[in-house]
Formats: sequence, C-alpha cells, structure tokens
Amino acid sequence: MLSVTQNEPVEFAPTLLAKFADIVGRYPEGRHKSALLPILHEVQAHFGWLSVPAMDQVASYLKLEPIEVYEVATFYTMYFLQPQGKYMLEVCRTGPCCLVGAERIMEHLEDRLGVKEGEVTADGLFSWRGVECLAACGFGPVLQIGPEYTFYENLTEEKVDELLTNLKNNAGSQPLSANS
Amino acid sequence: MARKLLLANINVPGINTLEVYRQKGGYRAVEKALKTMTPDEVVEEVKKSGLRGRGGAGFPTGMKWSFLAKPEGVPRYLVCNGDESEPGTFKDRFLMTYIPHALIEGMIVSSYALGAKVSYIYVRGEMMPQIRILEKAIAEAKAAGLLGKNILGTGYDLELYVQPGGGAYICGEETALLESLEGKRGNPRLKPPFPAVSGLYGSPTVVNNVESIAATVPIINDGGEEYAKIGIERSTGTKLISASGNINKPGVYEIELGVPVEEFIYSDEYCGGIANGKRFKAMVAGGSSVPILPANLATKTAKGESRLMTYESLADGGFVSGSSMGSGGFIVFDEDQCIVRNTWNFARFYHHESCGQCSPCREGTGWMEKILHRLEYGHGSFSDMDLLVDVSKKIEGNTICPLGDASAWPVASAIRHFRDEFEWHVSNREESQIRNYGLAHYADPLEPLVQS
Ligand SMILES: Cc1cc2nc3c(=O)[nH]c(=O)nc-3n(C[C@H](O)[C@H](O)[C@H](O)COP(=O)(O)O)c2cc1C
Repeated sequence: MLSVTQNEPVEFAPTLLAKFADIVGRYPEGRHKSALLPILHEVQAHFGWLSVPAMDQVASYLKLEPIEVYEVATFYTMYFLQPQGKYMLEVCRTGPCCLVGAERIMEHLEDRLGVKEGEVTADGLFSWRGVECLAACGFGPVLQIGPEYTFYENLTEEKVDELLTNLKNNAGSQPLSANS
Repeated sequence: MARKLLLANINVPGINTLEVYRQKGGYRAVEKALKTMTPDEVVEEVKKSGLRGRGGAGFPTGMKWSFLAKPEGVPRYLVCNGDESEPGTFKDRFLMTYIPHALIEGMIVSSYALGAKVSYIYVRGEMMPQIRILEKAIAEAKAAGLLGKNILGTGYDLELYVQPGGGAYICGEETALLESLEGKRGNPRLKPPFPAVSGLYGSPTVVNNVESIAATVPIINDGGEEYAKIGIERSTGTKLISASGNINKPGVYEIELGVPVEEFIYSDEYCGGIANGKRFKAMVAGGSSVPILPANLATKTAKGESRLMTYESLADGGFVSGSSMGSGGFIVFDEDQCIVRNTWNFARFYHHESCGQCSPCREGTGWMEKILHRLEYGHGSFSDMDLLVDVSKKIEGNTICPLGDASAWPVASAIRHFRDEFEWHVSNREESQIRNYGLAHYADPLEPLVQS
C-alpha cells in the first residue's frame, strides 16, 4: 500500500537528475515512459523507499500522470512503499532454496533480529523478508541486500551471524558496495 | 569430455574483459557476419543449426527470426530476455556474470540478422550486479568500435542498452516483458498480434533468451551444420543446465544434448550424485513449471528406455509419464523431501506471481495454494486431491499467457505421481507434522529387474 502518512516533500539532487537524463536517452523519441522502472530504482537507491511525493516528482519529470507511476510501483515487488531498515535482507523462499535449508535461515534471521518479516529493528538498521526465486538455486540458501543487490550465497546460521555483525560494524561508516 | 561452446573459456582469468575475450577468439562472429554475410545468410545459418529457444518454450530460433515483419520505414527491435525468474533456473545469471561479452557478441550478430538498430537486454532488477557488468562490457565494446555507429567500418549501426525489471516473474513472459520495457505493469498481451508483427512500441520485435542469443556466436563461427552435428535429432547443440537441490555438485553445466539423465545426476562430470549419501526421490527437469517426475520415471521412460537430456526424451510419455526440457532448471529431491510441502511452495510462488489479469489464474492459483497449505499442515481431506486437479484443469488453457498452465502442471503432476504421499498427509495428520513420508516406492524400477 502507498504510504500517505509520510508526506515530506522531496527534491531530486542534480546528480540524480543527471542519471535520469542519461536513462531517458536510451529510448526513442516520445518513448520516455520506458525510463520509469530504472528511474524508480534510482530514486529508491537514493531515499531507501518510494514515498508518494517522490513518485509524484517522478511523474512530473517524465510528464506522466501520478497514477501511471503508482500502478507500476505497486505492481513490482522490488519497490518499497514504506520505509525499511537501512539493510533489507531478502531471503529466497522458493522451492530449490528450501530443499537446502532456506526456511531455517529465515527462522534464524527472525530470531537474531527479533523482528517479524517486514518489520524494522528498533535501531532502524535491519528488516528482512522472504522473496521469490532469485535465480541462484545452485548456491542456496541465498539472500540479497539492496540497493546494489549484493548476493550472499550458500548461507549457514554462522554465516548469517557474521554478516549481521559486519553490517552492524559498517553501518554509518560506508554504504554497502557492489560485488567487487 | 563433452564439447563446450558457451562455457569453453569460463575458467580463463579475465574472460569477463574485452581484451581476454578477444584473445580467446571473441568477436570473430561479429567480424564474419558483418563483413562477409548478408543478414539473411545469418538467419539461414541459425535455421540450419536447429537451435531451439533456450527460454523454455523451445521454439526454433531461426524460424522465429524468419517470421519478423519488415515493413518499410518502421524500426525493428531485438529484445533479449534476461528476466530469469523460473524457479530452478540460474544459467543466464551465470553467463552474464562470467562471460558477458558472449551475450554482447550474440546481440550484435542477432541484431544485424534482424536489421535492428537499437536493441535492449531486459535483466531482472535483482540482478543489479549483472546489469553493471553488462553495462561495462557494452562500454568496452563500444570503445573498440564493436557497437555504435559504423561498426568495424561496415556501415552497420547498433545501440545496445540494458533495462532493469522491477521484480516480477511474469515479466519473463515475452509480451509482459515488452509492457514492462515500455514502463508499464507486466500484464501479458493478447496474441495475436504476435511481437514479430507488433512488439516493442508497436514495432516488429524478436524476443530471445540470453542463452539462445549467446548460442548464435558458435553457430556463426563454425556454421549451422557443425552446430547441428552435436546432439540428437531435433535437439541440437549444447544446453546450459542449472542443477540444484540435493546433489553433490550444484551449479551450471553445459551439456551436449543427449546425455542420459542418469549420467547427468550421478557422473562426477556433472551433479556427482545425490548429496549426503541419500537416495534419489524425484526430479524437476526444466524449471518449476514442468511436471515433476518420481525417480523411476526420471531416469527411464515408461517404456523402460534410458531417458536422455533432449527435448523429445524428457517429454516422452507426455503428461502421463513425461516432463519437459523447459528452461533447463534441473532440481533434484532426495528421500527426505516432502512433495506436498514442495508443491505448496511452488503453488505459493505462482499465486504470488500471477499478474491478476485473468480470473482463472488469479483465483485458481490462490485456491491451489490454500488447499495445499491445509494438506501440508494436517487439515486436509481426501477429496482435496481431486479438488486440486479440478482447479488446475480449470486454469490450464484458460488464460492469456502460459503462467496459468505453468501453475497447473506442477500441481497436477505431483498428485498424479505422488498421490499416496498426499493421502498419507490426510490419514496421518499428526505424524505428517513431525516426519516426512520418505522414499516410498518412487525409486523402484517400473519393471522388476530380471535376475540372471
Ligand atoms: C510465466 C512465464 C515466464 C517466463 N520466463 C522466462 C524467462 O525468465 N526467461 C526467458 O528467456 N523466457 C521466459 N519465458 C518464455 C518467454 O515467453 C519466451 O518464450 C522466450 O523469452 C523466447 O525466447 P527463446 O525463443 O530464445 O527461448 C517465460 C514464459 C512464461 C509464460
């Protein structure tokens, strides 16, 4: 559901606008609506989620009706319509990963973080949820963390603990970087 | 050792860079096609190769290309399907991660064959690292004159862009993908018109899987006839198989089509056998959408012949005792796995991923999930199995796109082959909550072995 309670106005920084312009340039004249999904990813990477004012801004940038943006943002699972923890841990919950222990990993996360699926920890650092197949079935259980969607494969309870500790220690100092 | 066409150089350090890729013979196919062949000759080679689409439907690629409408003055598009969301399938991610130039090279050759001046690679948004890898590879290729204006001085222009999805299995369906690429919800389109006539932005469009497009490179390098020499009958060439589940060596394997299923599971060259010394219970051969088979029907057909990794042999027996090659997502279940739980898991997936456009799929997938949930958690009844089959039949064939069928087949096949396990969940409610049904007779050979 769209969050209509958090309505702080947003402004897109020039660096973000430059990215938008680059994206729009990929499509033929008059087909700028194609830029919507990639632009929403950029906005989410920047703000952590998609607020209604942010979506309205995207609509006016792309000269679309706001509803055209909302209907896309609500259709696709990657877009967050509510604020999340700084680190959103998304665990694959589909068949092949469950054959090798994904359900155990989710229970362990719930246990360690002390929050249910979709909730945010009190320090604002973590949330977690199960997601459908991430196309890494041979390396399961797996989880990913946006906005770069870094992958963590062949998870065990110990590896999850280690990851949580590392993320906690890193929080504030530097953003997560991509698989490099 | 089996011949490898796509992954031959996968272990060469730096193969993800243009420099090393070229040292290993990369971009020869672009040189050959653009400098010595007409677009129609490229299409002809692909036809001769017998290559069948690697995205799941297995439609002959060359034939698909020859259907592309070519009205004057209208742009044509090639769109690569890198949505890869079919449970059990992870080969395209592998290819894009480790040898991205194979896809870029295939895109150039294929775009040339189709007369496309702008092409897109649609990659699921969760694969952001792969999107970055492809963008880097495109920039390298462009700097080397392999993309952009007047490629290699031949006068052919091509721009290539990567488009992220937003998280939706349905966008792997080609018309939903086109909707998504146009910036909309991923609701599949009614066909006709087919994309070959009216696709992206209403223009003639070909949509092909990542692996299909990469396969055009060896086809152009060595010729379609060479490619067709590999494999059996109408299953030509090599295929990437994503192997997962309870096996010793999960991963992506390039096989020559025709390898026996038994060899694929047990040989050290491939899966290396069932993990932890367990016994083999069941197999899904081509991604979650295809029928599941018990071990006895996985390695042998109902006629008792060895089952091979080919389109024809995997489908031998039809829906009664066969399955399908699908996308090559090979999932292995050991004796400890619960078929009811797995079927519920898959049903939840399809319910979650139904776009909601057609009532039979939107409602039916929800009902199947609910009924399977109550069976799995000890609240089912004996009539539930027939009810599930009934619901699945009412979805199948009654929807705009094949997601409906894809949701129905795993349920119907699980009940067909593992009905006793479902019934056991009803007759042994409490026990089914603490232990699994186990192997039962699923691994028994169909014909008793003749003792000599
Ligand atoms: C629900 C659904 C999901 C699909 N997902 C994919 C996918 O992730 N990747 C893919 O290549 N094809 C997928 N397909 C098949 C495509 O519709 C299309 O047939 C394919 O991309 C054509 O490419 P090919 O001929 O090279 O196989 C899917 C089909 C359906 C019905």
